[in-house]
Amino acid sequence: MLHTRQPSSPSRIRYRLLADRSAKILFGAAALFGILIMGILLVRITSEGLNWLSLDFLTGRFSTSPEKAGIMGAVLGTFWLLAVVVPVTMVVGIGSAVYLELYSKSGRIRTFIQTNIGNLAGVPSIVYGILGLTVFVRALGFGSVVLAGGLTLSLLILPIVIVAAQEALRSVPSQLGDASYALGGSKWQTIQSVILPVALPAILTGAILALSRAIGETAPLVVLGIPALLIPFPGGILDRFTVLPMQIYYWTLDAALVADYAHLAAAASIVLLISLFILNGSAIYLRNKYSMKA
Amino acid sequence: MTSPFPAGSSSNSIRDLIRHNQNQKTFRKTLETYIPRFLFLLASLSVFTTVGILIILMTETIEFFKAVPIIEFFTGTVLKPLSQTPEYGILPLVMGTLVSSGIAILVAGPIGLMAAIYLSEYASKRVRSILKPSLELLAGVPTIVYGFFAFTFVTPLLRQWIPSLEATNILSPGLVMGVMIIPMIASLSEDAMRSVPEAMREGSAALGATKLETAVKVVVPAALSGIIASFVLGISRALGETMIVAIASGSSKNFTFDITESMQTMTAYIVEVTSGDAAAGSTVYYSLYAVAMTLFATTLLMNLLAGKIARKFREVY
Repeated sequence: MLHTRQPSSPSRIRYRLLADRSAKILFGAAALFGILIMGILLVRITSEGLNWLSLDFLTGRFSTSPEKAGIMGAVLGTFWLLAVVVPVTMVVGIGSAVYLELYSKSGRIRTFIQTNIGNLAGVPSIVYGILGLTVFVRALGFGSVVLAGGLTLSLLILPIVIVAAQEALRSVPSQLGDASYALGGSKWQTIQSVILPVALPAILTGAILALSRAIGETAPLVVLGIPALLIPFPGGILDRFTVLPMQIYYWTLDAALVADYAHLAAAASIVLLISLFILNGSAIYLRNKYSMKA
Repeated sequence: MTSPFPAGSSSNSIRDLIRHNQNQKTFRKTLETYIPRFLFLLASLSVFTTVGILIILMTETIEFFKAVPIIEFFTGTVLKPLSQTPEYGILPLVMGTLVSSGIAILVAGPIGLMAAIYLSEYASKRVRSILKPSLELLAGVPTIVYGFFAFTFVTPLLRQWIPSLEATNILSPGLVMGVMIIPMIASLSEDAMRSVPEAMREGSAALGATKLETAVKVVVPAALSGIIASFVLGISRALGETMIVAIASGSSKNFTFDITESMQTMTAYIVEVTSGDAAAGSTVYYSLYAVAMTLFATTLLMNLLAGKIARKFREVY
């Protein structure tokens, strides 16, 4: 006898089918687990913070008395932060991707830059905070202002933007470029007026995801010394500023002492989460729509 | 058609036109030469970033080791930077980091892998098209919100079952970090499993195997390199995670395995030192860089390892 076990006895088949069905339920539950926890998190934060979410809270200034506290300073801070992050990441990110995909010959330099970008994507965000603290805040003497925070966060999300833009450029059919060359277009003319416009929706999708990452980051900003309380609102990129995650951080730390701070942190979290869900949702929607066409 | 001649052309207009054309050509040519160089500069910015990180961490770490012996730093089990007789052993931080990351991977590993199997082998196209984006939204939740959740909800909840749990402890942030990295592991493992060719599944099914048997004995082994890489990346992510531990695990520099106690991670130490405004040039200030260097080196090694595993064991079908 070669086989030690009857392969097809009815009871064994029944057992195998049962195992299969149970596994399907177990694995399905695992796939739902994360979403279930997110549901609990959302319910919990909403029940803690919804009553505190008012127009006064949205437009109010930071205050040490919880009833009067608002997040307008943080909202303005995010606005100014994006005024730095968006242009820097778009120019450097798309530029790098164009160079790597369309200009660089496949060789050592290209592999080197490419590996480097891959590794940078895995560097913990707090290390970027230390880079920003040492270079922008201290060595260049900016202080904990929007410019320092914006440049730090730009460096942090650049790898994501570059990789997304590279994938977008790679997915542009080569015939489009060839057609442009056939009409006598130069390389840069082809890139500028044919390839980039076609790749733009996919590049933007990646950029939106990266920006939402920047808006939700806290660790590097803590290291940079960004304050949580801000009495004068920021009016430019050389002003001190704060953002929602920083306020949530300080309110959470004090929640053990003053119970109302937990409500403030929850209310601010609702605002942050809604903004991020809108951003991420639109990016995922854009990507699905775009990838279905391709 | 407009006239090719500039308005008000006189007898020498042809010459003007030629000159104009030539100028245009030289302008184009300059553009074609300088744009690639400019773009190359932009692309090398990422290299400068890495070099910048390395130089900063190394020079300041060397300053630190002038004051504290390197042996004491890497073997000391006591970290008391602000005491009268300061001690700088990194092991309590290493312990906190390893324990919290260990808990996180114990949660995220199995659940993420099972979710990946479900998404790639069982789920219908429609279910998948709903589940996957939902998981991706989970990955978009900022870590500060997870930290708030761990501190104000998970810890009090756990304390009902484990009365000895301290208000700040390493268990609760570890669990929440696990939830945080589930989407990452699920998504990367699923990618690896979906790249296993359909013919292998069909072959298995043709022999009479159930979906479970196909998944466990054919698909998972074939995608193993990608799955292991996703685990390594998940651990690396947990090692570098900051806000959840900074809020929920406290600042006690305990050298212990007791997960109900408060422990500090490397990242949380960096937050504590930078928020405390340590005077630049003091040993405490330099210790920040030594800890950051250790963290950076560890995560870099993990990421390189993940890349290597994914490349080396990639099956060629």
